[in-house]
Amino acid sequence: MANKVYPDAKAALDGIPFDGMTVMAGGFGLCGTPENLITALRENGVKDLTIISNNCGADDRGLWTLMDNHQIKKMISSYVGENKLFESLYLSGKLDLELTPQGTLAERIRAGGAGIPAFYTRTGVGTVVAEGKPTEEFDGLTYVRESWLKADLSIVKAWKGDTEGNLIYRKTAQNFNPMIATAGKITIAEVEELVDVGSLNPDAIHTPGIYVKRIFQGSDYKNYIEHRTVRKREAV
Amino acid sequence: MSWTREQMAARAARELKNGYYVNLGIGIPTLVANYIPKDMKVTLQSENGMLGIGPFPFEGDEDPDLINAGKQTITALPSSSYFSSAESFAMIRGGHIDMAVLGAMEVSEKGDIANWTIPGKMVKGMGGAMDLVAGVKRVIVVMEHTNKAGHSKILKKCDLPLTGSGCIDMVITDLCVFSVDRKGGGMRLIELAPGVTAEDVKAKTEAAYTSAI
Repeated sequence: MANKVYPDAKAALDGIPFDGMTVMAGGFGLCGTPENLITALRENGVKDLTIISNNCGADDRGLWTLMDNHQIKKMISSYVGENKLFESLYLSGKLDLELTPQGTLAERIRAGGAGIPAFYTRTGVGTVVAEGKPTEEFDGLTYVRESWLKADLSIVKAWKGDTEGNLIYRKTAQNFNPMIATAGKITIAEVEELVDVGSLNPDAIHTPGIYVKRIFQGSDYKNYIEHRTVRKREAV
Repeated sequence: MSWTREQMAARAARELKNGYYVNLGIGIPTLVANYIPKDMKVTLQSENGMLGIGPFPFEGDEDPDLINAGKQTITALPSSSYFSSAESFAMIRGGHIDMAVLGAMEVSEKGDIANWTIPGKMVKGMGGAMDLVAGVKRVIVVMEHTNKAGHSKILKKCDLPLTGSGCIDMVITDLCVFSVDRKGGGMRLIELAPGVTAEDVKAKTEAAYTSAI
């Protein structure tokens, strides 16, 4: 049985990165992002990356650090607000950007992993998103065709994983990770806790291990919060 | 003289119905959650993968793995569920969400909405807004009636790139409420904020509309 377990992000990436490759990264904002693998990609220095991810980190954090290090050529994302570097690089023509509606992005990735080359959606009909794409009528309404997304490398973050690559995500840190895990030629998962097979409840597994080629237990998780909102405890 | 942000949110909350599943956008729409009547059951959906949004956490209880689509820390309820982004947008696109409340930069008398970019100046991205306006049963826009320069944001035709066309059902501004017929029936003025006259609205609105007042 092939061993999927690696000691850390650098070891897990060994032999995989090449200039010009396409990388998909899980996460919504800074929630559920593969922090260790992003840091390792920065240290690796691989260039001209096309990154598929809902956002591109936030100032000084996450995928932002790859952009700041001039490693990213193109982003496929749904939302780049609250990221001044992204906005300025894009508006000055130094970064290629394919903005995709968030639901369409999730479904394009899901389609990529599921072997479905294209699908039709109402989302974006009558907007620039639909320009140049085929449309078709179903039940009297116009739908636009969107195509699958796949990557050379998918990087995901899970809460728990076992040595077979079965993954469980936690709360809203799940987000894009399950689809992204299915759509890479090679998928690497980093987990907060790596456990032996038999430790996870098979009914609770979100991502079955077939999709995960390499796995490691990450370290030094920062788990940044972008907007800390709280309410006061009522006085006793 | 007109509605405050809080009062606009309270007005939007009057559109809620018992049992509704609702998605609230960022900004004034988020405030709508504060005005859900106590005797009404409304379940809030967050497009990053959650049904059943609870209140903000107590200080010290913040969980980085538990955020809303505005990336604010939140809490769960006993009825909450978590799921992937694909599942979340299947819910939205598949018409399972009853109502969405969104902000906008411009709307048109045909029910078009623009809220994601100002070409050459600002690019935020559409996030989930295009999916929401395309898939949710009832779409309500809450926004200031005019922009900072004092120009109408309710237009005959949007100048900015669209988020969706013919997809909104109501516009609530600081001055008034318009109902919108997605199928080409146009806009109708149905309510005025206290102290605002029909003439005030007319002077600040570029779009054509009928009046029920």
